[in-house]
Amino acid sequence: MSFRKLSLGLAAATMLAGTALPAFAQDSIYVPLFTYRTGAFAGSGTYIADGMHDYLQMLNQRDGGIGGVKLVLEECETGYDTKKGVECYESVKGKNPVLVNPWSTGITLPLIPRASVDKIPILSMAYGLSASARGDIFPWIFNPPSTYWDGLSMIIRYIGEKEGGLEKLKGKKIGFIHLDAAFGKEPVPLLQELAKDIGFEVALYPVAAQDMQNQSSQWLSARRDRPDYMVMWGWGSMNGAAVKEAVRSGYPMDKFYSVWWPSEDDARAGGAGAKGFKMLNWHAVGANFPALQDIQKHVVDKGLSKSPKDKVGELLYNRGVYNSLLIAEAIATAQKVTGKKVVTGEDVRRGLENIKLDPARLKELGLEGFTEQLVLSCSDHNGHRPAFMQEWDGAKWVKISDPIEPMTDRVKAQLDAAATDYAEKNAGWPKRTEPCDNAS
Amino acid sequence: MDILYKVFVEPFVFMGEAPDLLIQTLWEGLVSGVLYALIALGFVLIFKASGVFNFAQGIMVVFAALILVGLYEKGVPAFLALILAALAMLVLAVVVERVVLRPLVNQPDIILFMATFGLTYLLIGFGELIFGGNPREMITDALLLPQGTTEIDALGGSVRIQHLDVAAAVIASLMIGLLAVFFSKTRIGRALRAVADSHKAALSVGISLNQIWVIVWFAAGLVALVAGIMWGARSGVSFSLQIIALKALPVLILGGFTSIPGAIIGGLIIGVGEKLGEFYWGPLVGGGIETWLAYVIALLFLLYRPQGLFGEKIIERI
Repeated sequence: MSFRKLSLGLAAATMLAGTALPAFAQDSIYVPLFTYRTGAFAGSGTYIADGMHDYLQMLNQRDGGIGGVKLVLEECETGYDTKKGVECYESVKGKNPVLVNPWSTGITLPLIPRASVDKIPILSMAYGLSASARGDIFPWIFNPPSTYWDGLSMIIRYIGEKEGGLEKLKGKKIGFIHLDAAFGKEPVPLLQELAKDIGFEVALYPVAAQDMQNQSSQWLSARRDRPDYMVMWGWGSMNGAAVKEAVRSGYPMDKFYSVWWPSEDDARAGGAGAKGFKMLNWHAVGANFPALQDIQKHVVDKGLSKSPKDKVGELLYNRGVYNSLLIAEAIATAQKVTGKKVVTGEDVRRGLENIKLDPARLKELGLEGFTEQLVLSCSDHNGHRPAFMQEWDGAKWVKISDPIEPMTDRVKAQLDAAATDYAEKNAGWPKRTEPCDNAS
Repeated sequence: MDILYKVFVEPFVFMGEAPDLLIQTLWEGLVSGVLYALIALGFVLIFKASGVFNFAQGIMVVFAALILVGLYEKGVPAFLALILAALAMLVLAVVVERVVLRPLVNQPDIILFMATFGLTYLLIGFGELIFGGNPREMITDALLLPQGTTEIDALGGSVRIQHLDVAAAVIASLMIGLLAVFFSKTRIGRALRAVADSHKAALSVGISLNQIWVIVWFAAGLVALVAGIMWGARSGVSFSLQIIALKALPVLILGGFTSIPGAIIGGLIIGVGEKLGEFYWGPLVGGGIETWLAYVIALLFLLYRPQGLFGEKIIERI
């Protein structure tokens, strides 16, 4: 190859590489969004991705960004695959992201030790490692508003109250059907601990990723074991298939509970028989909020969203909105705390520790009544907020309970032990040296 | 001793104590087995005619089902959508023959196998581009597939039979029967068998390899469409369905890659075996064993019949 051809080739390659990279001006804030619009989990991931993107895009369109600084949004498709997720992280970390949302417990786990090294906060909203709620041990990891352990304890508390008190669960059997992955196994240690303390029996029904749509064995086993209640920790197409199988196998749907991840589509999959299926939730469903109407006006109507109009306001869409509400609030708070307009990952970590989403602030943001208040601090990166129970009525989710407090008294000791254990097992785990603006 | 009791005695005692659950497990296994057989059949048809292990068979199941549901959502009547979906599989067969198979004639089998890998990812990307990644519901009502459950009180308990499962078993059996007749009694079927025996000999008597390949890929596409409808009706249509197609691998190992009866019997053995294994022995190790149990069953059979149950016994003299 001649020198001329080589030079031309190199020049072309450089130009191509240059055009492939988005331009990040010094006067913008880079927010990567890890999403999965493809693969077996796209049924959950797409709505969340739309909600996340549209709220931040709305801020760009309506307000010119946050504090007058434009947000540069870039999606990285993980396919809910841990390996691809880590590749996404590696590809964005050089572009000064202010935070990363892995949107997978499996992806979150390998990022936990990297966050403090790269100075990039990880926001694993209501998923990830429950123990990372301890801000003194995990200063770079945030998992508000509730951990999986909180979620499980809320379900147990709820069904305990249905039975007439937690002690009435003694001798009962609780089936736990879960994705056989880091996410699905996360609450198992607490479930077993609670079973020991309270005296109920646990039957585990793991569902391998490749069998998410082939669950007849699990539900046959449930028929054999006759659990008094079934609790589900599922994701993607597992949820809809589980609802279908539960209906097929004749399991009483009013005894079937889930953590906060099934969507309307998942419940609809069970047809009329799915009535009575219950799940936890901590935010509103529907688009009747000024902020969501602004999304409709500034993003969806202008063709800047990938979401169909009728999906705006559905459960997982709003879950994505909630996630971006936290991102935006962390950035706005970081701007306030540091006095800077263009903030960095280190600033946003401080912003997250100072988040105070009270009713007044939610009203100001056009989300009055959308969710419970959330206050984070240096030591509490979660908030351990209550959630409520909602029930599928055959057409929509209906809120059926007041906020259910997590069993903090039972969970906290376990969570502290798990956090300490994590630090001990990972030799050289750094002691927190990051400054604290909000110790309370 | 306790473990020996739990492995070798307790499950059988339980079978005797709760025969209704045994019947239910066998039924669920049979239904799964028929559907595994249907998917395996798609692999066998193509392997017989071209010696290619078509890795794309799983995504063809999803693709066919998505075309059907997608057309229906666009307002096309269900049975017209069904015909159009079948035609789409014909178009796919022609394109595959022209673009993938024909240029690779006389290449080693592994090249063709790798080409079907490429085809898999192409179809995944193309499918997600057109239909999006969201799961859809199969149009069960519009296709007049029966729904509901019959609960039969028997053997001191009850057995629940889903009408859809009965329909799946009947339709899959009919499909298998029709294909068996087509390939054994018709001129094209005989041509296919000739191609399967020897490409060169078939060519020498005037059989068009290209035409045969289109026919078998189309037949595999039709099988994929039926499998997609049945699995989709059971658990929704999503891209994760293609992973279920991997369940056909142990079926093929067991039944042999070239045998239609092998795919059927293999499917049933794997379906029933994995359900029995998961139900009666799974709890001993915390459950979740059916994913790999199918392979263990297939490998155990291979110890005694390395060519599979109905596979061709290869005798090479040195």
